[in-house]
Amino acid sequence: MDFNFSDEQNMLRDTVAKFVQNQYDFDTRRKITRSDSGWRADYWKVMAEELGILGAPFAEDHGGLGGGAIDNMIVMEEFGKGLVIEPYLGTVVIGGGFLKHGGGQQAESLIGSIIAGEAVFAFAYAEPQGRYNLADLTTTAKKDGAGFVLNGRKAVVVGAPWATHLVVSARTSGAQRDAGGVTLFVVPADAAGVTRRDYPTVDGLRASEIQFDQVKLGADAVIGELDGGLPLLERVTDEAIAALCAEATGVMRRMHETTLDYARQRKQFGAPIASFQVLQHRMVDMFMNVEQAVSMTYMATLKLGDPAAERMKAVSAAKVQIGKGCKFVGQSAIQIHGGMGMTDELAVGHYFKRATMIEGLFGSVDHHLRRYEGLSLGEAA
Amino acid sequence: MNLDFSPEDVAFRAEVRAFIASAYPQSLRGKQDEGEELAKEDFLAWHRILAKKGWVAPAWPTEYGGPGWTSVQRYIWSEECALADTVPILPFGINMVGPVIYTFGTPEQKARFLPDTLSGDIWWCQGYSEPGAGSDLANLKTKAERDGDHYIVNGQKTWTTLAQHADWGFFLVRTDPAAKPQEGISFLLIDMKSPGVTVRPIITLGGEHEVNEVWLENVRVPVENRIFHENKGWTCAKFLLAHERSGIAGVARSKRGVDRIKSMARNEAQDGIPLLRDSFFKRKIAELEIDLLALEFTELRTLASENAGRGPGPESSLLKVKGTEIQQRITELALEAAGHYGMPYFRGFGAEGDNALPIGPDYAHRTAPTYFNVRKTSIYGGSNEIQRNIIAKMVLGL
Repeated sequence: MDFNFSDEQNMLRDTVAKFVQNQYDFDTRRKITRSDSGWRADYWKVMAEELGILGAPFAEDHGGLGGGAIDNMIVMEEFGKGLVIEPYLGTVVIGGGFLKHGGGQQAESLIGSIIAGEAVFAFAYAEPQGRYNLADLTTTAKKDGAGFVLNGRKAVVVGAPWATHLVVSARTSGAQRDAGGVTLFVVPADAAGVTRRDYPTVDGLRASEIQFDQVKLGADAVIGELDGGLPLLERVTDEAIAALCAEATGVMRRMHETTLDYARQRKQFGAPIASFQVLQHRMVDMFMNVEQAVSMTYMATLKLGDPAAERMKAVSAAKVQIGKGCKFVGQSAIQIHGGMGMTDELAVGHYFKRATMIEGLFGSVDHHLRRYEGLSLGEAA
Repeated sequence: MNLDFSPEDVAFRAEVRAFIASAYPQSLRGKQDEGEELAKEDFLAWHRILAKKGWVAPAWPTEYGGPGWTSVQRYIWSEECALADTVPILPFGINMVGPVIYTFGTPEQKARFLPDTLSGDIWWCQGYSEPGAGSDLANLKTKAERDGDHYIVNGQKTWTTLAQHADWGFFLVRTDPAAKPQEGISFLLIDMKSPGVTVRPIITLGGEHEVNEVWLENVRVPVENRIFHENKGWTCAKFLLAHERSGIAGVARSKRGVDRIKSMARNEAQDGIPLLRDSFFKRKIAELEIDLLALEFTELRTLASENAGRGPGPESSLLKVKGTEIQQRITELALEAAGHYGMPYFRGFGAEGDNALPIGPDYAHRTAPTYFNVRKTSIYGGSNEIQRNIIAKMVLGL
């Protein structure tokens, strides 16, 4: 057993932490969220070329740094501390994850483009009727000569306005919620028949509703197995959840730190409010939540390579813990900041908003509690 | 002991229900259904209708324009308003400064301010909190120095709700810097158009402009605008805080909130099964309803003791704590029910020049901003930590 990071991993953390500290302060982030594009394409280039972090989890054969899930965890945790907007999750963790595990004819060149900062991915999986069931799909891809024709609609595709490529889950056979008949496709974002409606999200990102109308795809658009894509979809989503948990630990840790700072300097009744026992206990509970979230993130990340049932259990357990932690730490941070915590001007509220969105992303606490119950206690709920 | 309403109360309920149904402005209803932000005139429209009817200030004595209702009738009224989802009557004039003026004011002050407060011609704001005086309100620093028949007021107030619309404000100011914190405070009414008054917006988490900073620089306030004695303003402040807390339970509005969640949960489904039939979600609604029932009966007991002539006491802190916790849980469940569509953000929605329709079901797009906004309820009006301190000290004698 070893919970130490390698020298390379420590270097990666330092690199990302320095970037966040020096180039991603709160005012910079605010400007980014208010800009027309909503992200910094030039920062993406910096991440690719100067920091070299977009290759972190890819094999050296592909031009990557030879790391894996732990490297994603490190980057996401540091990104969480700075509320970094740029789509590492969508592109490197999710897009890269599908290409690594699913392969396909385009995988090698696309991984190269991701590492170079040229390909940006968004994950078009959710549908309005499906809620958190990944297999509930009304988007269809029908055989058309050697290729496919894609039709349907995807909901709240985070990062879609910046994407060059979309990973789209679609039904190639079977009924709406069948486990079989799911296939994943890589779709150029500017393909004919793809229309987006873009909007901001409450946590300062951008997302889109995407309509696919008779979109023609080649046979090489398939990632993984035709009709048998659900296990791959679940695997990469679990990896995304683990990375999101890592981001959450960074978000929570920052909320806890800033709350301690505030409580030490804010005086009421002639004393720093940090001296009041009722607030001390609340800040201790926040601390315990942060530490437990870190533990569960490590646990889930280290089990991503386990057999599917073990992996799913671990990831759902982590998401339950992190979801509860995000709520408790976020609400406590605002409460202890008092009125100041309610303002748009202070960073803490923005961390709270991100933490709140993380609670729901890829499945709520209830959803993952139920998945855990089904896997752990036998009978699927 | 029984739970029945008297025949008079039943008739009263029918009367007010019919009145609301016929008199409530349809244009307002439309805006509320669309989740639009309300403008000043929207707030005032219903106020003016009720003022004309004589029902805008249910708790005021009849000699000042109150309808002379019993506390049970007032309860029925607030319940019916919540059921009909009417725009709330802003508390600053009717629930806060009005009672202070008719309790502590001179005949001239009553004549000058009460009729306009009732009619809606004066929009009031509350100048209490300061950057250094939140939970510790008595630590306030804004000072008023006597200059002949005027006070010269200097200082800064904050979290002043809807001050951007206000005609007048009621302010706590320090008139004796040498006295103990609570003993050197006076209660002043300040014309917000006075030279030296500056209102600056504070934008909150959900993107709203609801609260403000109010800066006072050499503002001249006639001494006749002071309520009660100099340096005795804390008496008015305490009186007002007790009034502010009664009604803060918000039982009827929360019932309506639970109904909304149920209707969302009927519409949202996973695997074709409505959320309302999901055992986890269902249980959370049930627990919420039970907690709300406990709060309702606690409030009814408080009402009964008020009717017996005992004013709102420190027990009202219980109503504030439990009421706001329930309000917050309602917004949590609403956001949870919205699923993916809790995430899109439409700040400009409803504003002029923005015709973009929200994404997803119409109930979804306000759930996150509302969840963020309602975090304020456990902070304002004396934070819930302070309320617990009050109970510990005043009720339990600890």
